[in-house]
Amino acid sequence: MELRKDYFADVRKDGLNEIGQPRPRLDSPGHVTGKTAYFADRNFPGMLHLKMVRSPHHHARIRSIDTSEAEKHPGVVRVLTARDVPHNVYTILILIQIGPEDETVLADGKVRWKGEAVVAVLAETERAALEAAAKVRVDYEVLPAVFDMEEALKPGAPVVNEYHGQNYYLYDSGECRKVRFGDVEAGFAQADHILEQTYQSSPIEHAPTETTGCVVAPEGNDRFTCYTNTQAMFFTLDNASIILQMPGSKLHFVGGTVGGGFGGKVDVIVEPIAILAAKLTGRPVSFIYSREEEMQISSPRAAEKVVIKDGVMKDGRIVARKVIGYTDAGAYSRHSPYGAQKGAAHYPGPYTIPNVWIDTYCVYTNRTPSSAMRGFGVTIGDFALEVQMDKLARLIGMDPFEFRFINAYRDGDMKAHRQPTEGAALIECMQETSRAANWPVAEKYMAMSSYRKGA
Amino acid sequence: MAKVPVQFTLNGSEKAEFIESGTTLLHALRDKIGDTSPKGGCHQGTCGACSVIIDGELRLSCLMLAETCSGADIQTAAGLAEGGMLHPLQRAFLDAFATQCGFCTPGMIIAAKVLLDHTPNPSREDVVEALSGNICRCTGYEPIIQAVLAAARANSQNAA
Ligand code: FES
Ligand code: FES
Repeated sequence: MELRKDYFADVRKDGLNEIGQPRPRLDSPGHVTGKTAYFADRNFPGMLHLKMVRSPHHHARIRSIDTSEAEKHPGVVRVLTARDVPHNVYTILILIQIGPEDETVLADGKVRWKGEAVVAVLAETERAALEAAAKVRVDYEVLPAVFDMEEALKPGAPVVNEYHGQNYYLYDSGECRKVRFGDVEAGFAQADHILEQTYQSSPIEHAPTETTGCVVAPEGNDRFTCYTNTQAMFFTLDNASIILQMPGSKLHFVGGTVGGGFGGKVDVIVEPIAILAAKLTGRPVSFIYSREEEMQISSPRAAEKVVIKDGVMKDGRIVARKVIGYTDAGAYSRHSPYGAQKGAAHYPGPYTIPNVWIDTYCVYTNRTPSSAMRGFGVTIGDFALEVQMDKLARLIGMDPFEFRFINAYRDGDMKAHRQPTEGAALIECMQETSRAANWPVAEKYMAMSSYRKGA
Repeated sequence: MAKVPVQFTLNGSEKAEFIESGTTLLHALRDKIGDTSPKGGCHQGTCGACSVIIDGELRLSCLMLAETCSGADIQTAAGLAEGGMLHPLQRAFLDAFATQCGFCTPGMIIAAKVLLDHTPNPSREDVVEALSGNICRCTGYEPIIQAVLAAARANSQNAA
């Protein structure tokens, strides 16, 4: 691999020993010999299998739950409901003071999405657990549901999540995250062209090859070891500690190799209930999503809607940008308030625009709760922004790549969040790209630099 | 539930177990016998992570009942390295950076081994076809295809 040494020669360190050198992955010998231990490779004598009874409705009040037939089923050891969970209402980001707590470990009084966990069944075999789960009787009163973000924001829409009180996350800045820079209306008034477009995405499932799950072994002295494929070990440990009202010193989490995650294994869903089950039965417990559960139940990337309005001059300068972004959190927050906030920070793009106005909403609907996935909050935004950039270039009859050189941020430029740009290197990346992709741009762009002397 | 006896050869050693009737070979290998190299990704025959070799043929162990395997000769990824020496396919997967999380890797290597056993000098299309039942969500297929082709080349050089 060849390293370009002419860029940033004054700030680059030379004599790199690692960067640019091929190094074998430390874990691959275990992978190719089948010796790498994944959580489900742990097997304990007397292990119980946990299966969830899940809501068949998008939104419903629970009138009653009858577990008597399930409890009589051969092989069943215990059935758990909301009453068994010490601190049943939680939210993952409470650890960094992002509340309110808004999600139930096991549904209590109401279900807010189709697939929500209601009752946990523990049995000697997977088959007995599945058969018994089918015998749990839940009496539901179906409620009106809302699936569209703009519908959810209208007055009179069914309230999805009472812990919020309204169908949006209330930031300290109000009903949305806001960015205000310059005077966007003055910018539009000055623009030669205005282009407003709406971009939308669907939820996307990560589909890791290994499904989500954990195996819990009681260790005596009221201590538990939890083998898990979480991607967020300390979020999981601390949230389990809150949910179970147990000190973290009683909980020993063993992570390690995760069989694919892509962000889909950062939520804290399987571990607390499996530890509780091990505590209440005194037996090892395995809780592993079936492939169907993985696809239906695990949180996807949020559906998003992005409305972008840009004002552009004939010479290619973008002079105003107004963005309204909507992130579909589904029924519960999980990581979505953060995702929507990242969008607000991201929508100016890597471009210098003098007048910017951004609102991003985190909206609750009766859909599967969404959460982290590879650059969540910004990936769909980038798709929208870059398609918009192509459309703007076409509108003024300019090469889309040259159009980006004109607007690229450079060192010293003030960003919409009032942070001066430092170490941008975008121009240089685009120049390399121009060569590598054989997409020539005019000489004046090849002569540009992100680095401004004195900046 | 009724238990049935099964007896087979696994990577060259005799195994005998009483298992519940209806247990898949995947569960029997992983939970009873302790060979966790076949992985359960879908349990419905669509991901290939559970691939094993039975009497020389590629099989999905999540779709086989263990009780139908009596007398069979079964090979898994755990049995490929001999005397501490990696199989050329294992070596090639290491060298070609063809693993990331590794969950699909045992199944990929098994599928590739069946291909090379039958077709020592495969074309790229042969490799693609042979691996088409195995899903990898991390690595992207190109490094994996390259690894299998490299292993085939290494084999033919050894044979020459
Ligand atoms: S587990 Fe057998 S094909 Fe997926
Ligand atoms: S390496 Fe992760 S699924 Fe293939």
